[in-house]
Amino acid sequence: MKIKNFIITFVSAIALILSTSSISFAKVVGDKIILGAAVSLTGKYSSNGVHTQNGYNMAVDRINSMGGIKVGGKTYKFDIIYYDDESNPKRAAQLAERLISQDGVEFMLGPYSSGLTKAMAPVTEKYGVPMVEANGASRSLFTKGYKYLFAVLAPANLYLDVAIRTAVELNGGKGVKIAQAFEQDAFSQDVRLGILDAAKETGSEIIIDDKLPKELNDMAATLAKVKATKPDVLVVSGHTKGALTAIRQIAEMKVDVPMLAMTHCDAAKLSKQHGKNSQYALCASQWHKTLTYKDKWFKDGMTYDADFTKMFGYAPPYQAAESSAALLVFKDAFERANSFDQKKVRDALAATDMQTFYGNIKFAPGGQNVSKPMVLFQVICDNSGKCENKVVAPLKWASAKLIHPIPKWSER
Amino acid sequence: MDLLIFQVPILMVQASMDGILLGILFALIAYGMALQWGVMNIINIAQGDLVILGGYIAYFMYLYGIHPAWGVIVSPIIMYFVGIGIYKLVINKVVDRDLFISILATFGISILFMQLMNFAFGADVVLANSGYGTTMLFDNSVVLPNSKIFAAIISIIFAIGLVVYMKKSKLGRAIRATAQNARAAKILGVDTEKVYAATFGINAALCGVAGALISITFTIHPYMGLPYTIRSFMIVIVAGLGNLPGVAISGMGLGVFEEFADYILGTEFRIGSVFLLLVLILVYRRFKLSKKREYLK
Repeated sequence: MKIKNFIITFVSAIALILSTSSISFAKVVGDKIILGAAVSLTGKYSSNGVHTQNGYNMAVDRINSMGGIKVGGKTYKFDIIYYDDESNPKRAAQLAERLISQDGVEFMLGPYSSGLTKAMAPVTEKYGVPMVEANGASRSLFTKGYKYLFAVLAPANLYLDVAIRTAVELNGGKGVKIAQAFEQDAFSQDVRLGILDAAKETGSEIIIDDKLPKELNDMAATLAKVKATKPDVLVVSGHTKGALTAIRQIAEMKVDVPMLAMTHCDAAKLSKQHGKNSQYALCASQWHKTLTYKDKWFKDGMTYDADFTKMFGYAPPYQAAESSAALLVFKDAFERANSFDQKKVRDALAATDMQTFYGNIKFAPGGQNVSKPMVLFQVICDNSGKCENKVVAPLKWASAKLIHPIPKWSER
Repeated sequence: MDLLIFQVPILMVQASMDGILLGILFALIAYGMALQWGVMNIINIAQGDLVILGGYIAYFMYLYGIHPAWGVIVSPIIMYFVGIGIYKLVINKVVDRDLFISILATFGISILFMQLMNFAFGADVVLANSGYGTTMLFDNSVVLPNSKIFAAIISIIFAIGLVVYMKKSKLGRAIRATAQNARAAKILGVDTEKVYAATFGINAALCGVAGALISITFTIHPYMGLPYTIRSFMIVIVAGLGNLPGVAISGMGLGVFEEFADYILGTEFRIGSVFLLLVLILVYRRFKLSKKREYLK
């Protein structure tokens, strides 16, 4: 019995060594370019972590099946080594270290969320490993002078900027009264800073500026203040919990406000969880399938949506779309650099100027993508109670007209 | 500093009502904690996770088309047995040990529950819609969601039910006897092991009720348990151990205090001000006790 156990252990150890040996000298192996990624497959970000991974996988499949990447006259294919960062920043930093120093990865994809990206960026920077990330929007990522970090998404301070500008425009160019409630985390506070900037530029006044503690599940006090002060715009950002709590309590407390703008409606599945109560909410989004950007690999948003749904059985949230775009950026940079030298690839990434199905991509010196505006969609429901997200701003892509002001609860 | 509440005095009514309704719900959770603390000398860090698990039970009923308010009945029944299970597996091994060991053990249970719930139910924030409307008072200037009123009424019913049960039933008397002196109760024929298991089960059942109510009034997420543990802990500390009516008053008091702090100091100081109050109360207590010379240094 003992000998049998020993043999099993021995054989599995050998198998384990063989199975990992192909990646232990990874970077470019044979015809494979190996990228490293730590994503949250367990823990509190696991839903969005899986969207991120699916987005990456979809793009790898597509690029490989459409001829791969041509560098130095040879064709290569993408492959990704994944680790689960357990939604934990410390673990994410460890895994970045491990991917680079043990697995020998020379190019990285980002994790999900600003917090985890913040934990990994110093490590990739230290080793000079170019990282293209698609899910860390916090402004502070782009003010640290990182040279090897590139984000395909618009920074957090731009998320709801367009809502304020639209409200001012609808007000005949005059400033508006803004009430805002933001959770106290890096991302939401960045969104808040964006609103402060927009308010200053448009001459708007902020009359309520609540910072919601993370533990808080209740916005009744903020909403009572909103009822008493009657602002023109109510802005809320507090991840999915914030979005769900806000809609529930706005409906329950019958808070009438002409414009309600928020983040994370997609992730919160607002219209599914709240139905008609979520109607008229304006939501910031990095991407929407009806946008008319085009590329060679995914054609356009509608095709991406259909293909993704076919492959994974659910419609792609923007977290998946931006993750797919990250791979397109890498492919483009490798081909332009025509080399696997990290420095050359980094310079090629910095010079990126392309259109993908997800949007235009061009990086500012800080690494954020400055050529893709955020879009706003509005939740619009029909009489049967079925709700849909329709793009209403910027006007160039609007598929529906913004309903403004929001009808009063007594008239609904 | 915001003076809005003084300019619009009706907001004081709104704040008080919101605070009381919130406080009653929290008091129910604290009630279970106080009971268990008093009887078994265990501070249950997993209290909030039991609440969340109870919430998921109501949420799943809602998903399958049953009105989530029925969760108030189903959830405590299931949670009672979950509680007994936890007692038999873990708590009975630490019940006689010092407080620190039980804190560690329940902390472990808490982590395990969070991960298991995350694994089983996913990491999305969810809620159950009761479809209850809104009560408007004072010419529509004070609004109270009926779901919160429902939650408060159910909490009061369960709290009163428990007090009566503790006074009248045989098990209730046994629990009180054990709380007073476990050794003496044992000598007089009380099966303390059974009493402990039942106490833990009752606590879990109360958490189940509260969880079902929270799924109707707020939101549920696998990692949202800890704030409920901390809040109930604070309520028990302020009320003083073994003071069940005090729990209700301190729950409501903290709720109202917190709402007013939100209006006057700002939302970001809301939780901080409650902690500050806690510190002040503890310092005051110590001061009072040392004056009475009952306090041994």
